[in-house]
Amino acid sequence: MEVPENLLYTQEHEWIRVNGNNATVGITQFAQEQLGDIVFVELPEVGTLIEQETPFGVVESVKTVSDLYAPVSGTVTAVNQDLESKPEQVNDEPYGNGWIIEIEIADNKELEKLMSPEEYIEQCGKEQG
Amino acid sequence: MVFIMVNDSNLKTTPLHSIHKELGGKLVPFAGWHMPIQFKGVIQEHQCVRDGVGIFDVSHMGEIEITGPEAKKLVQYLLTNDIETMQNNQALYTLMCLETGGVVDDLLVHRFSEDHYFLCVNASNSDKDFQWILKNAGNFNVSVKNTSQQTAQLAVQGKHSEALVQKLCDTSLGEIEYYHFRKAKIHNYECIVARTGYTGEDGFEIYTDSNDVPSIYKKIMEEGKSFDLQPIGLGARDTLRLEMGYALYGNELSENSNPLEAGLGWVIKLQKDDFLGKAALKKQKDAGLSRKLVGIRLLERGVPRPHYRVLHEGSGVGELTSGTFSPSLNTGIGLCYVSTEYAKPGTRLDVEIRKSNVPAEVVKPPFLPSRVKK
Repeated sequence: MEVPENLLYTQEHEWIRVNGNNATVGITQFAQEQLGDIVFVELPEVGTLIEQETPFGVVESVKTVSDLYAPVSGTVTAVNQDLESKPEQVNDEPYGNGWIIEIEIADNKELEKLMSPEEYIEQCGKEQG
Repeated sequence: MVFIMVNDSNLKTTPLHSIHKELGGKLVPFAGWHMPIQFKGVIQEHQCVRDGVGIFDVSHMGEIEITGPEAKKLVQYLLTNDIETMQNNQALYTLMCLETGGVVDDLLVHRFSEDHYFLCVNASNSDKDFQWILKNAGNFNVSVKNTSQQTAQLAVQGKHSEALVQKLCDTSLGEIEYYHFRKAKIHNYECIVARTGYTGEDGFEIYTDSNDVPSIYKKIMEEGKSFDLQPIGLGARDTLRLEMGYALYGNELSENSNPLEAGLGWVIKLQKDDFLGKAALKKQKDAGLSRKLVGIRLLERGVPRPHYRVLHEGSGVGELTSGTFSPSLNTGIGLCYVSTEYAKPGTRLDVEIRKSNVPAEVVKPPFLPSRVKK
């Protein structure tokens, strides 16, 4: 299972790549595998205020609907428009072209609540049983 | 997103359970069974069946044997379709109804002879069906057996299914017409090979002894390599059936549904002698239908799901009984009971998806043409 070292993770299987006050958000390799073929991603509008641990969008696979949870609070500065026509990019490259939104972080202290790669790997191990 | 962990220790397993795991199947609870929902991915598996050939383990399905001098009489009384017209080695799609006309199950009846029939019933209903049949068989000279446990079932579906199965079968499959079956040997094991399916493609449903099915399955998989055969999970089974507009018990049909509204009048033969549900169904037919099951096709992006509300100019007119993303059409599709005034193909409706109304239109199923061998 691919869990890049340079990212932080949520319990709900989102990742965040922090660059100063800005960050990119997506879902993990584990999440895309569990969901199966992703056929629709409901994206927020640029400028939307999102709140930590609160849904900001939805990802749908053939079989299921899942909410996307904000890793930290902030303002949406960009959304991955490519996912409208190619939602499968989330399956193919969850940490690359399958990114979902970019945000401006409201408060960097909220990052402390997130999981390190090691902690996230441990959680996935538990969920797989 | 939150993935729920399931305690699978109380679930039933088919004889192919460990093979599914070896093949990378993702197993989930379904109707009390631990079944593969997908292997490589629902869309890819769906296309594999539409374009070539796929194999499904459907051993969770139930089988009930009815034998004896009055077998035909009982089957004719239990089922809504006309059993009288069946020939030996013929299969028929039918309903089994309550006195109220509600649906106990939808099933396939197979006739070996007029004193021997076997029913293939839904997994979730097999115990209920068996009890229902026993309850109604009291006055008939028959023997009724639930053979679900010792019977396994495979479905091989797709345009290459005949060429593939023929390589292992001692009987000329070209002689088996649509909705007919033969006793035949596959890989030297006794099987019942029926030209039936739930995908809209040509194909076979193969019934065999539970002990033999692992060998048969492995052999078909091996022989299937040259046809790019793949194992198919229940996820694609659902998208394939929904593209055909086939009803699924528990979604479109229940003990409270009216099968005439479901468009199944063609398997309800009101002219035949007394059968369970006849009086109620005749009354419903005479009164005229107020609702009808229709196909719904989204006109914009989104995935419709069961129970989503369907609206006409802002007012609710029904809820989806089934809904999914159609891999063949690359759009959302579903089924819904609506008042007959909204049932006309082309009628503009909306599907409520997370509080927004997504435009949709009424379509007469199937959503794409069936390619079964008629």
